[in-house]
Amino acid sequence: MEENLVKTCLHDRHVKLGALMSPFGGFDMPIQYKDITTEHNAVRHEVGVFDVSHMGEVRVTGPDAFKFVQHIFVNDVTGAPDGQIFYGMMCYENGGTVDDLLVYKVNDHEYFLVINAANIDKDVKWIFDNAEGYDVNITNESPYYGELAVQGPKAEEVLSKLLGLPLEEIAFYNFKTYHLDGEDVIISRTGYTGEDGFEVYGSHDFTVRLWDKLMEAGVQPCGLGCRDTLRFEVGLPLYGDELAADITPIEASLSMFVKLDKEEFIGKEALALQKAEGVKRRIVGIELEGNAIPRHGYPVEVNGEVVGEITTGYRSISTGKSVAMAMIQKPFDKLGTEVEVRIRKKTFPGKVVKKRFYDKNYKK
Amino acid sequence: MTIKDNLRYAESHEWVSLEGEIATIGITDYAQHALGDIVYVDMPEIGDEVTAGEDFGAVESVKAASDLYSPVSGEVVEINEALEDEPGLINQDAFANWIMKVKVSDPSEVANLLDAEAYAKICEE
Repeated sequence: MEENLVKTCLHDRHVKLGALMSPFGGFDMPIQYKDITTEHNAVRHEVGVFDVSHMGEVRVTGPDAFKFVQHIFVNDVTGAPDGQIFYGMMCYENGGTVDDLLVYKVNDHEYFLVINAANIDKDVKWIFDNAEGYDVNITNESPYYGELAVQGPKAEEVLSKLLGLPLEEIAFYNFKTYHLDGEDVIISRTGYTGEDGFEVYGSHDFTVRLWDKLMEAGVQPCGLGCRDTLRFEVGLPLYGDELAADITPIEASLSMFVKLDKEEFIGKEALALQKAEGVKRRIVGIELEGNAIPRHGYPVEVNGEVVGEITTGYRSISTGKSVAMAMIQKPFDKLGTEVEVRIRKKTFPGKVVKKRFYDKNYKK
Repeated sequence: MTIKDNLRYAESHEWVSLEGEIATIGITDYAQHALGDIVYVDMPEIGDEVTAGEDFGAVESVKAASDLYSPVSGEVVEINEALEDEPGLINQDAFANWIMKVKVSDPSEVANLLDAEAYAKICEE
Protein backbone atom coordinates (compact mmCIF):
# COMPACT_ATOMS: atom_id res chain seq x y z
CA MET A 1 0.00 0.00 0.00
CA GLU A 2 1.15 3.53 -0.72
CA GLU A 3 2.31 5.61 2.17
CA ASN A 4 0.23 8.29 3.83
CA LEU A 5 -3.09 7.25 2.34
CA VAL A 6 -5.97 8.86 4.20
CA LYS A 7 -8.72 6.60 5.52
CA THR A 8 -12.32 7.77 5.54
CA CYS A 9 -14.47 7.30 8.64
CA LEU A 10 -15.93 4.17 6.99
CA HIS A 11 -12.61 2.50 6.18
CA ASP A 12 -13.00 -0.37 8.66
CA ARG A 13 -16.55 -0.98 7.36
CA HIS A 14 -15.19 -1.37 3.82
CA VAL A 15 -12.47 -3.75 4.92
CA LYS A 16 -14.95 -5.86 6.91
CA LEU A 17 -17.22 -6.05 3.86
CA GLY A 18 -14.27 -7.47 1.93
CA ALA A 19 -13.99 -4.52 -0.46
CA LEU A 20 -11.16 -4.30 -2.95
CA MET A 21 -9.33 -1.19 -1.71
CA SER A 22 -7.22 1.05 -3.88
CA PRO A 23 -5.61 4.52 -3.69
CA PHE A 24 -7.72 7.33 -5.14
CA GLY A 25 -6.95 11.02 -4.73
CA GLY A 26 -4.72 10.32 -1.74
CA PHE A 27 -7.34 8.17 0.01
CA ASP A 28 -7.58 4.40 0.47
CA MET A 29 -10.97 3.86 -1.16
CA PRO A 30 -13.24 0.90 -1.96
CA ILE A 31 -13.24 0.11 -5.69
CA GLN A 32 -15.80 -2.68 -5.44
CA TYR A 33 -17.44 -4.83 -2.78
CA LYS A 34 -18.94 -7.56 -4.96
CA ASP A 35 -18.43 -6.68 -8.59
CA ILE A 36 -18.79 -3.51 -10.61
CA THR A 37 -21.68 -4.80 -12.74
CA THR A 38 -23.87 -5.75 -9.76
CA GLU A 39 -23.21 -2.42 -8.05
CA HIS A 40 -23.78 -0.45 -11.26
CA ASN A 41 -27.11 -2.17 -11.87
CA ALA A 42 -28.22 -1.64 -8.27
CA VAL A 43 -27.90 2.12 -8.80
CA ARG A 44 -29.56 2.08 -12.24
CA HIS A 45 -32.54 -0.01 -11.12
CA GLU A 46 -32.81 0.06 -7.30
CA VAL A 47 -30.55 1.95 -4.91
CA GLY A 48 -26.91 1.94 -3.87
CA VAL A 49 -24.74 3.87 -1.42
CA PHE A 50 -21.26 5.26 -1.97
CA ASP A 51 -18.80 6.44 0.66
CA VAL A 52 -17.69 9.73 -0.85
CA SER A 53 -16.18 11.11 2.34
CA HIS A 54 -12.99 11.74 0.40
CA MET A 55 -14.65 14.72 -1.32
CA GLY A 56 -13.56 18.14 -0.03
CA GLU A 57 -15.76 20.81 1.51
CA VAL A 58 -14.89 24.50 1.73
CA ARG A 59 -17.12 27.12 3.36
CA VAL A 60 -16.99 30.72 2.19
CA THR A 61 -18.67 33.28 4.46
CA GLY A 62 -18.67 37.05 4.85
CA PRO A 63 -20.03 40.26 3.33
CA ASP A 64 -18.25 39.62 -0.02
CA ALA A 65 -19.09 35.91 -0.24
CA PHE A 66 -21.36 36.34 -3.28
CA LYS A 67 -18.89 38.57 -5.10
CA PHE A 68 -16.00 36.21 -4.33
CA VAL A 69 -17.82 33.08 -5.50
CA GLN A 70 -18.68 34.90 -8.72
CA HIS A 71 -14.97 35.74 -9.07
CA ILE A 72 -13.63 32.18 -8.79
CA PHE A 73 -16.55 30.24 -10.37
CA VAL A 74 -17.42 30.13 -14.09
CA ASN A 75 -21.15 29.55 -13.52
CA ASP A 76 -23.44 32.40 -12.39
CA VAL A 77 -25.11 32.23 -8.97
CA THR A 78 -26.80 35.64 -9.34
CA GLY A 79 -30.37 35.79 -8.09
CA ALA A 80 -30.43 32.19 -6.91
CA PRO A 81 -32.75 31.32 -4.04
CA ASP A 82 -31.12 30.07 -0.84
CA GLY A 83 -30.76 26.29 -1.01
CA GLN A 84 -29.90 26.12 -4.70
CA ILE A 85 -26.83 24.29 -6.02
CA PHE A 86 -24.72 25.07 -9.08
CA TYR A 87 -22.30 22.86 -10.97
CA GLY A 88 -19.33 24.55 -12.64
CA MET A 89 -15.59 24.97 -12.65
CA MET A 90 -12.85 27.13 -11.23
CA CYS A 91 -10.44 28.14 -13.99
CA TYR A 92 -6.96 29.57 -14.31
CA GLU A 93 -6.41 32.88 -16.11
CA ASN A 94 -5.55 30.88 -19.25
CA GLY A 95 -8.89 29.05 -19.10
CA GLY A 96 -7.44 25.70 -17.95
CA THR A 97 -9.45 24.00 -15.23
CA VAL A 98 -8.44 24.12 -11.56
CA ASP A 99 -11.31 21.80 -10.62
CA ASP A 100 -14.99 21.14 -11.21
CA LEU A 101 -17.20 21.60 -8.18
CA LEU A 102 -20.63 22.12 -6.70
CA VAL A 103 -21.51 25.44 -5.11
CA TYR A 104 -24.27 25.30 -2.46
CA LYS A 105 -25.86 28.67 -1.78
CA VAL A 106 -26.70 28.85 1.92
CA ASN A 107 -27.45 32.57 1.61
CA ASP A 108 -25.85 35.65 0.04
CA HIS A 109 -23.16 35.64 2.73
CA GLU A 110 -22.47 31.91 2.87
CA TYR A 111 -21.58 29.33 0.21
CA PHE A 112 -20.53 25.70 0.61
CA LEU A 113 -18.16 24.39 -2.05
CA VAL A 114 -17.73 20.66 -2.75
CA ILE A 115 -14.47 19.83 -4.53
CA ASN A 116 -12.63 16.75 -5.75
CA ALA A 117 -10.57 14.75 -3.23
CA ALA A 118 -7.40 14.75 -5.31
CA ASN A 119 -7.57 18.54 -5.62
CA ILE A 120 -8.31 19.60 -2.04
CA ASP A 121 -4.88 21.08 -1.25
CA LYS A 122 -4.52 22.72 -4.64
CA ASP A 123 -8.06 24.14 -4.58
CA VAL A 124 -7.87 25.48 -1.04
CA LYS A 125 -4.61 27.25 -1.87
CA TRP A 126 -6.14 28.61 -5.09
CA ILE A 127 -9.22 29.87 -3.26
CA PHE A 128 -7.13 31.53 -0.53
CA ASP A 129 -4.67 33.03 -3.03
CA ASN A 130 -7.47 34.68 -4.98
CA ALA A 131 -9.35 36.08 -1.98
CA GLU A 132 -7.19 39.15 -1.57
CA GLY A 133 -9.34 42.26 -1.41
CA TYR A 134 -12.52 40.30 -0.62
CA ASP A 135 -14.07 40.46 2.83
CA VAL A 136 -14.56 36.71 3.24
CA ASN A 137 -13.70 33.89 5.61
CA ILE A 138 -12.61 30.64 3.97
CA THR A 139 -12.64 27.40 5.93
CA ASN A 140 -11.51 24.01 4.69
CA GLU A 141 -14.08 21.78 6.42
CA SER A 142 -13.01 18.60 4.60
CA PRO A 143 -11.59 16.95 7.74
CA TYR A 144 -14.93 17.38 9.56
CA TYR A 145 -17.36 16.05 6.98
CA GLY A 146 -18.19 12.51 6.04
CA GLU A 147 -20.32 12.17 2.92
CA LEU A 148 -22.60 9.45 1.59
CA ALA A 149 -24.16 9.40 -1.87
CA VAL A 150 -27.41 7.41 -1.90
CA GLN A 151 -28.28 6.92 -5.56
CA GLY A 152 -30.92 5.20 -7.63
CA PRO A 153 -34.66 5.27 -8.34
CA LYS A 154 -35.43 4.04 -4.81
CA ALA A 155 -33.08 6.50 -3.06
CA GLU A 156 -35.83 8.90 -1.98
CA GLU A 157 -38.03 6.17 -0.54
CA VAL A 158 -35.21 4.41 1.33
CA LEU A 159 -33.45 7.48 2.69
CA SER A 160 -36.68 9.27 3.69
CA LYS A 161 -37.71 6.24 5.70
CA LEU A 162 -34.36 5.74 7.42
CA LEU A 163 -34.01 9.41 8.38
CA GLY A 164 -37.70 10.06 9.02
CA LEU A 165 -37.57 13.04 6.66
CA PRO A 166 -39.87 14.13 3.81
CA LEU A 167 -37.09 14.21 1.23
CA GLU A 168 -39.57 14.74 -1.59
CA GLU A 169 -39.40 18.37 -0.43
CA ILE A 170 -35.88 18.69 -1.85
CA ALA A 171 -35.91 19.53 -5.56
CA PHE A 172 -33.19 18.56 -8.04
CA TYR A 173 -29.97 20.50 -7.40
CA ASN A 174 -31.32 21.90 -4.13
CA PHE A 175 -30.40 21.15 -0.53
CA LYS A 176 -31.70 21.52 2.98
CA THR A 177 -29.93 21.54 6.32
CA TYR A 178 -31.60 19.33 8.93
CA HIS A 179 -30.88 19.16 12.64
CA LEU A 180 -30.39 15.43 13.26
CA ASP A 181 -28.88 13.70 16.31
CA GLY A 182 -27.76 17.07 17.67
CA GLU A 183 -25.91 18.27 14.59
CA ASP A 184 -26.54 20.01 11.28
CA VAL A 185 -26.69 17.61 8.36
CA ILE A 186 -26.75 18.85 4.77
CA ILE A 187 -28.82 16.81 2.32
CA SER A 188 -28.85 17.65 -1.38
CA ARG A 189 -30.61 16.11 -4.37
CA THR A 190 -27.43 15.63 -6.35
CA GLY A 191 -25.12 12.87 -7.47
CA TYR A 192 -22.70 11.61 -10.04
CA THR A 193 -24.57 8.66 -11.51
CA GLY A 194 -27.28 10.03 -13.82
CA GLU A 195 -29.92 8.64 -11.46
CA ASP A 196 -32.08 10.35 -8.86
CA GLY A 197 -30.43 10.45 -5.47
CA PHE A 198 -29.06 12.37 -2.54
CA GLU A 199 -25.75 13.37 -1.05
CA VAL A 200 -25.60 13.59 2.74
CA TYR A 201 -22.93 15.61 4.58
CA GLY A 202 -22.52 15.10 8.32
CA SER A 203 -19.96 14.40 11.02
CA HIS A 204 -17.98 11.17 10.87
CA ASP A 205 -20.13 9.70 13.66
CA PHE A 206 -23.34 10.57 11.85
CA THR A 207 -21.96 9.20 8.56
CA VAL A 208 -21.01 5.88 10.16
CA ARG A 209 -24.43 5.54 11.84
CA LEU A 210 -26.26 6.29 8.58
CA TRP A 211 -24.05 3.84 6.69
CA ASP A 212 -24.87 1.11 9.20
CA LYS A 213 -28.60 1.84 8.87
CA LEU A 214 -28.33 1.66 5.08
CA MET A 215 -26.52 -1.69 5.34
CA GLU A 216 -29.19 -3.01 7.73
CA ALA A 217 -31.83 -1.92 5.23
CA GLY A 218 -30.08 -4.01 2.57
CA VAL A 219 -28.85 -1.14 0.40
CA GLN A 220 -26.06 -2.24 -1.94
CA PRO A 221 -22.67 -0.74 -0.99
CA CYS A 222 -21.08 0.64 -4.16
CA GLY A 223 -17.42 1.37 -4.85
CA LEU A 224 -15.62 3.88 -6.99
CA GLY A 225 -15.49 1.33 -9.82
CA CYS A 226 -19.17 1.67 -10.61
CA ARG A 227 -19.16 5.36 -9.69
CA ASP A 228 -16.94 5.77 -12.76
CA THR A 229 -18.99 3.52 -15.08
CA LEU A 230 -22.20 5.29 -14.01
CA ARG A 231 -20.93 8.86 -14.46
CA PHE A 232 -19.29 7.91 -17.74
CA GLU A 233 -22.46 6.47 -19.30
CA VAL A 234 -24.33 9.74 -18.82
CA GLY A 235 -21.44 11.84 -20.13
CA LEU A 236 -20.33 13.43 -16.86
CA PRO A 237 -16.65 14.46 -16.76
CA LEU A 238 -14.02 13.29 -14.29
CA TYR A 239 -11.25 15.71 -13.38
CA GLY A 240 -8.05 14.10 -14.61
CA ASP A 241 -9.77 12.51 -17.60
CA GLU A 242 -12.04 15.02 -19.34
CA LEU A 243 -10.95 18.08 -17.34
CA ALA A 244 -7.44 19.13 -16.33
CA ALA A 245 -5.18 22.14 -15.90
CA ASP A 246 -4.57 22.03 -19.66
CA ILE A 247 -8.20 21.38 -20.64
CA THR A 248 -10.69 24.26 -20.59
CA PRO A 249 -14.41 23.70 -19.89
CA ILE A 250 -15.10 24.77 -23.49
CA GLU A 251 -12.79 22.05 -24.81
CA ALA A 252 -14.50 19.63 -22.42
CA SER A 253 -17.81 20.47 -24.17
CA LEU A 254 -19.10 21.98 -20.91
CA SER A 255 -19.57 25.57 -22.12
CA MET A 256 -23.18 25.56 -20.92
CA PHE A 257 -21.75 26.02 -17.41
CA VAL A 258 -19.49 28.93 -18.43
CA LYS A 259 -21.45 32.17 -18.21
CA LEU A 260 -19.50 34.54 -20.41
CA ASP A 261 -22.14 37.26 -19.95
CA LYS A 262 -21.11 37.50 -16.29
CA GLU A 263 -19.32 40.73 -15.40
CA GLU A 264 -16.09 39.11 -14.28
CA PHE A 265 -14.47 35.82 -13.29
CA ILE A 266 -10.99 34.32 -13.40
CA GLY A 267 -10.33 32.94 -16.88
CA LYS A 268 -13.16 34.86 -18.55
CA GLU A 269 -10.99 36.57 -21.17
CA ALA A 270 -9.27 33.38 -22.29
CA LEU A 271 -12.52 31.42 -22.37
CA ALA A 272 -14.36 34.20 -24.25
CA LEU A 273 -11.59 34.28 -26.83
CA GLN A 274 -11.64 30.51 -27.20
CA LYS A 275 -15.41 30.53 -27.58
CA ALA A 276 -15.21 33.30 -30.21
CA GLU A 277 -12.37 31.75 -32.19
CA GLY A 278 -13.61 28.21 -31.76
CA VAL A 279 -11.71 25.43 -29.99
CA LYS A 280 -9.06 23.39 -31.79
CA ARG A 281 -10.13 20.20 -30.04
CA ARG A 282 -12.95 19.04 -27.83
CA ILE A 283 -14.40 16.09 -25.92
CA VAL A 284 -16.79 13.92 -27.95
CA GLY A 285 -18.25 10.45 -27.69
CA ILE A 286 -17.02 7.50 -29.74
CA GLU A 287 -18.85 4.26 -30.37
CA LEU A 288 -16.87 1.25 -31.57
CA GLU A 289 -18.32 -1.36 -33.89
CA GLY A 290 -16.82 -4.41 -32.20
CA ASN A 291 -16.28 -5.68 -28.70
CA ALA A 292 -12.79 -4.29 -28.08
CA ILE A 293 -12.69 -1.84 -25.19
CA PRO A 294 -11.18 1.62 -25.61
CA ARG A 295 -9.29 2.83 -22.52
CA HIS A 296 -7.84 6.12 -21.26
CA GLY A 297 -4.86 7.18 -23.36
CA TYR A 298 -5.48 4.99 -26.42
CA PRO A 299 -4.89 6.93 -29.69
CA VAL A 300 -7.76 7.82 -32.02
CA GLU A 301 -6.83 7.85 -35.70
CA VAL A 302 -8.24 8.97 -39.04
CA ASN A 303 -6.50 7.57 -42.13
CA GLY A 304 -3.58 6.45 -39.96
CA GLU A 305 -3.01 9.91 -38.46
CA VAL A 306 -3.52 10.41 -34.73
CA VAL A 307 -6.31 12.97 -34.21
CA GLY A 308 -6.90 12.54 -30.51
CA GLU A 309 -7.04 10.15 -27.60
CA ILE A 310 -9.49 8.34 -25.39
CA THR A 311 -10.17 10.03 -22.03
CA THR A 312 -12.51 7.38 -20.57
CA GLY A 313 -13.79 4.20 -22.18
CA TYR A 314 -15.73 1.10 -21.20
CA ARG A 315 -17.94 -1.65 -22.42
CA SER A 316 -21.08 0.15 -21.24
CA ILE A 317 -22.72 -1.99 -18.58
CA SER A 318 -26.16 -0.56 -19.33
CA THR A 319 -26.04 -0.86 -23.13
CA GLY A 320 -23.35 -3.47 -23.79
CA LYS A 321 -21.66 -1.24 -26.36
CA SER A 322 -17.97 -0.35 -26.45
CA VAL A 323 -18.00 3.42 -26.03
CA ALA A 324 -15.66 6.19 -24.99
CA MET A 325 -15.19 9.86 -24.42
CA ALA A 326 -12.23 11.23 -26.32
CA MET A 327 -10.40 14.51 -26.89
CA ILE A 328 -10.47 14.96 -30.68
CA GLN A 329 -8.97 17.61 -32.92
CA LYS A 330 -11.24 19.60 -35.18
CA PRO A 331 -12.69 18.89 -37.71
CA PHE A 332 -12.77 15.22 -36.73
CA ASP A 333 -15.10 16.01 -33.82
CA LYS A 334 -18.16 16.15 -36.08
CA LEU A 335 -20.92 13.65 -35.32
CA GLY A 336 -20.67 10.63 -37.58
CA THR A 337 -16.96 11.06 -38.37
CA GLU A 338 -15.42 7.64 -38.96
CA VAL A 339 -12.39 7.03 -36.75
CA GLU A 340 -10.20 4.13 -35.66
CA VAL A 341 -9.13 3.50 -32.11
CA ARG A 342 -5.74 1.87 -31.62
CA ILE A 343 -6.02 -0.86 -29.01
CA ARG A 344 -2.70 -2.56 -28.43
CA LYS A 345 -1.49 -3.79 -31.85
CA LYS A 346 -4.72 -3.39 -33.83
CA THR A 347 -7.10 -0.62 -34.77
CA PHE A 348 -10.86 -0.86 -34.45
CA PRO A 349 -13.40 1.18 -36.44
CA GLY A 350 -15.90 3.46 -34.77
CA LYS A 351 -17.63 6.77 -35.19
CA VAL A 352 -18.08 10.04 -33.35
CA VAL A 353 -21.36 10.17 -31.40
CA LYS A 354 -22.90 12.31 -28.66
CA LYS A 355 -21.08 11.84 -25.37
CA ARG A 356 -24.15 10.49 -23.65
CA PHE A 357 -24.48 6.74 -23.88
CA TYR A 358 -27.40 6.35 -21.49
CA ASP A 359 -30.23 8.78 -20.66
CA LYS A 360 -30.23 10.47 -17.29
CA ASN A 361 -33.12 9.63 -15.03
CA TYR A 362 -33.30 12.65 -12.74
CA LYS A 363 -36.40 13.61 -10.76
CA LYS A 364 -36.76 17.27 -11.65
CA MET B 1 -7.89 -20.66 -5.35
CA THR B 2 -7.08 -23.65 -7.52
CA ILE B 3 -3.68 -24.63 -8.89
CA LYS B 4 -3.43 -27.78 -10.99
CA ASP B 5 -0.47 -30.06 -10.37
CA ASN B 6 -0.05 -31.32 -13.92
CA LEU B 7 0.43 -27.90 -15.55
CA ARG B 8 3.32 -25.48 -16.00
CA TYR B 9 3.03 -21.82 -15.10
CA ALA B 10 4.46 -18.45 -16.06
CA GLU B 11 5.11 -15.74 -13.46
CA SER B 12 2.71 -13.58 -15.46
CA HIS B 13 -0.11 -16.00 -14.45
CA GLU B 14 -0.60 -18.05 -17.61
CA TRP B 15 -0.78 -21.85 -17.52
CA VAL B 16 0.53 -24.26 -20.17
CA SER B 17 -0.33 -27.85 -20.94
CA LEU B 18 1.98 -29.51 -23.48
CA GLU B 19 0.84 -32.51 -25.51
CA GLY B 20 3.34 -33.47 -28.20
CA GLU B 21 4.27 -30.17 -29.82
CA ILE B 22 0.96 -28.42 -29.07
CA ALA B 23 0.83 -26.15 -26.01
CA THR B 24 -2.59 -25.18 -24.68
CA ILE B 25 -2.47 -21.84 -22.87
CA GLY B 26 -4.84 -20.03 -20.55
CA ILE B 27 -4.80 -17.80 -17.50
CA THR B 28 -4.78 -19.14 -13.97
CA ASP B 29 -7.59 -19.20 -11.46
CA TYR B 30 -5.57 -16.74 -9.38
CA ALA B 31 -5.46 -14.33 -12.35
CA GLN B 32 -9.18 -14.56 -13.15
CA HIS B 33 -9.98 -13.91 -9.52
CA ALA B 34 -7.69 -10.89 -9.34
CA LEU B 35 -9.19 -9.46 -12.54
CA GLY B 36 -12.82 -9.86 -11.55
CA ASP B 37 -15.55 -10.21 -14.17
CA ILE B 38 -13.89 -10.66 -17.54
CA VAL B 39 -15.83 -8.86 -20.28
CA TYR B 40 -13.47 -9.19 -23.24
CA VAL B 41 -10.61 -11.39 -24.39
CA ASP B 42 -8.36 -9.95 -27.08
CA MET B 43 -7.09 -13.11 -28.79
CA PRO B 44 -4.43 -13.57 -31.44
CA GLU B 45 -5.28 -14.84 -34.90
CA ILE B 46 -4.57 -18.31 -36.17
CA GLY B 47 -1.20 -18.25 -37.90
CA ASP B 48 0.23 -15.49 -35.66
CA GLU B 49 3.76 -16.07 -34.38
CA VAL B 50 4.08 -15.66 -30.62
CA THR B 51 7.31 -15.32 -28.64
CA ALA B 52 7.95 -16.51 -25.10
CA GLY B 53 7.70 -13.58 -22.70
CA GLU B 54 6.00 -11.26 -25.20
CA ASP B 55 2.37 -10.18 -25.20
CA PHE B 56 -0.12 -11.90 -27.50
CA GLY B 57 -3.41 -10.32 -26.41
CA ALA B 58 -5.25 -9.16 -23.33
CA VAL B 59 -8.01 -10.00 -20.93
CA GLU B 60 -10.23 -7.16 -19.84
CA SER B 61 -12.43 -6.68 -16.82
CA VAL B 62 -14.91 -3.79 -16.59
CA LYS B 63 -12.20 -1.66 -15.06
CA ALA B 64 -8.96 -2.50 -16.82
CA ALA B 65 -7.06 -4.37 -19.50
CA SER B 66 -4.31 -6.83 -18.59
CA ASP B 67 -1.83 -7.96 -21.19
CA LEU B 68 -1.39 -11.67 -21.83
CA TYR B 69 2.18 -12.95 -22.17
CA SER B 70 2.96 -16.08 -24.11
CA PRO B 71 4.86 -18.64 -22.03
CA VAL B 72 6.15 -20.30 -25.22
CA SER B 73 7.30 -19.44 -28.74
CA GLY B 74 5.60 -20.80 -31.82
CA GLU B 75 2.64 -20.50 -34.15
CA VAL B 76 -0.96 -20.05 -33.03
CA VAL B 77 -2.91 -23.02 -34.40
CA GLU B 78 -6.22 -22.59 -32.59
CA ILE B 79 -8.06 -20.00 -30.52
CA ASN B 80 -10.97 -20.59 -28.17
CA GLU B 81 -13.77 -18.96 -30.13
CA ALA B 82 -16.30 -19.57 -27.34
CA LEU B 83 -14.61 -16.74 -25.45
CA GLU B 84 -15.60 -14.23 -28.13
CA ASP B 85 -19.24 -14.46 -27.06
CA GLU B 86 -18.74 -15.58 -23.47
CA PRO B 87 -15.49 -14.21 -22.02
CA GLY B 88 -16.92 -14.85 -18.54
CA LEU B 89 -16.33 -18.58 -19.06
CA ILE B 90 -12.80 -17.91 -17.79
CA ASN B 91 -14.24 -16.76 -14.47
CA GLN B 92 -16.28 -19.96 -14.25
CA ASP B 93 -13.31 -22.25 -14.89
CA ALA B 94 -9.98 -20.73 -15.87
CA PHE B 95 -8.33 -24.11 -16.52
CA ALA B 96 -11.08 -25.60 -18.67
CA ASN B 97 -11.44 -22.44 -20.74
CA TRP B 98 -8.11 -22.13 -22.50
CA ILE B 99 -7.31 -19.13 -24.73
CA MET B 100 -4.99 -20.40 -27.49
CA LYS B 101 -3.09 -23.44 -28.74
CA VAL B 102 0.44 -22.97 -30.01
CA LYS B 103 2.61 -25.29 -32.07
CA VAL B 104 5.80 -24.80 -30.08
CA SER B 105 9.14 -24.19 -31.76
CA ASP B 106 11.17 -25.06 -28.64
CA PRO B 107 9.58 -27.55 -26.21
CA SER B 108 12.35 -26.90 -23.67
CA GLU B 109 10.73 -23.51 -22.98
CA VAL B 110 7.92 -25.39 -21.27
CA ALA B 111 10.33 -27.30 -19.04
CA ASN B 112 11.78 -24.00 -17.89
CA LEU B 113 8.41 -22.74 -16.63
CA LEU B 114 7.29 -22.96 -13.01
CA ASP B 115 5.76 -26.10 -11.60
CA ALA B 116 2.62 -25.94 -9.47
CA GLU B 117 4.53 -25.67 -6.22
CA ALA B 118 6.74 -22.80 -7.39
CA TYR B 119 3.75 -20.99 -8.87
CA ALA B 120 1.78 -21.35 -5.64
CA LYS B 121 4.62 -19.59 -3.84
CA ILE B 122 4.43 -16.65 -6.24
CA CYS B 123 0.70 -16.31 -5.60
CA GLU B 124 1.27 -16.18 -1.87
CA GLU B 125 3.74 -13.30 -2.11
